[in-house]
Amino acid sequence: MNRQQVLDLYFMDARSKLIDIAAFLDRVERAEGEADFRLDALRKALELVGSGEGDKARRVLLSLSDPTTDPIAKAFGKGACGAWPGPPKE
Amino acid sequence: MVSRTTDDYEAMVYAGCAAVCEPAFWAGFDRSGVEGFRDYFCQLTDYEPKRAAKFGLPHFCWLCINPKESEDTVLAEEVIAIIPEFLDRPTVLGIGEIGLNKNTRNELRILERHIDLAARNGQLVLVHTPHLEDKFKGTRLILDALKADGRIAPGRVIIDHCEEHTIGMVLDAGYWAGITLYPESKTTPARAVDMYEVYGLQNIWLNSACDWGRSDPLSIPKTALEMRRRGHSEATIDQLVYQNPVRFMSQSPRFTLGA
Repeated sequence: MNRQQVLDLYFMDARSKLIDIAAFLDRVERAEGEADFRLDALRKALELVGSGEGDKARRVLLSLSDPTTDPIAKAFGKGACGAWPGPPKE
Repeated sequence: MVSRTTDDYEAMVYAGCAAVCEPAFWAGFDRSGVEGFRDYFCQLTDYEPKRAAKFGLPHFCWLCINPKESEDTVLAEEVIAIIPEFLDRPTVLGIGEIGLNKNTRNELRILERHIDLAARNGQLVLVHTPHLEDKFKGTRLILDALKADGRIAPGRVIIDHCEEHTIGMVLDAGYWAGITLYPESKTTPARAVDMYEVYGLQNIWLNSACDWGRSDPLSIPKTALEMRRRGHSEATIDQLVYQNPVRFMSQSPRFTLGA
């Protein structure tokens, strides 16, 4: 597909998802109380989306990933939350 | 499929699915002992193939203790000890889905025990990579563990749930890369087709999840539709969604689609 065809096929879908993200951020900002590391992680990832560089999906995924290399001693729960909170607090 | 209704089998057949292979999975809760796993392995190797056969769908499976339950190493060792009782059953393809969940030392130890089990018994291997923020680190640890053991040829191992930040390292190391399609997490059909367009057809296998959570047994036919929308040929679609998995699974003498 050329760029025009890609736009024809996917622009409306991307537009919809972009507005969903904008509305989500509005919703978070309207709410009271403290945010946590996930909001900062999302904002940093959005900077990558807005950059002029390629390979955006890979770089966004990496920005949300645990960059460490050693296995951890113990898991506290089975789930994942979608963003790395940083190293455990001492 | 053990948590799905027969309607799903029927829909898959209508959509053109030729076979289903089901990995041993977490039940959504931790089983209380090894006998729960023995019952589960009987279900995967006996009852479920019969249930699928009623709809003309060949059913194959993989056996293991899923990484979500491998933090309890005593239980995990007990489960690994009974797996050889089931390896000769006619629809068992190999060991899976083994791997890591939260990248703990205990999970890694049990992954190594599963790799050893597969190597000693000449089995194919299906590997689960962790979710979300844990996937990148976990995929690297899994590749290191497989390389450190070294007895299983990379072409006999599929590293599943790859995404844009992990698929390159998996393919570069010579393994098969699985791309799992999910409505909410993991990969959408559009992103799966993107990855094929970037990395090519060789050693990529698309799969859908059909578990107890939100998942779509028709996600492979839907991805084929996505490829048609982009103008990919029927031959290319056939290779990605059918010939590739057949090529991988045919390394097991138990895999056959019949006449």
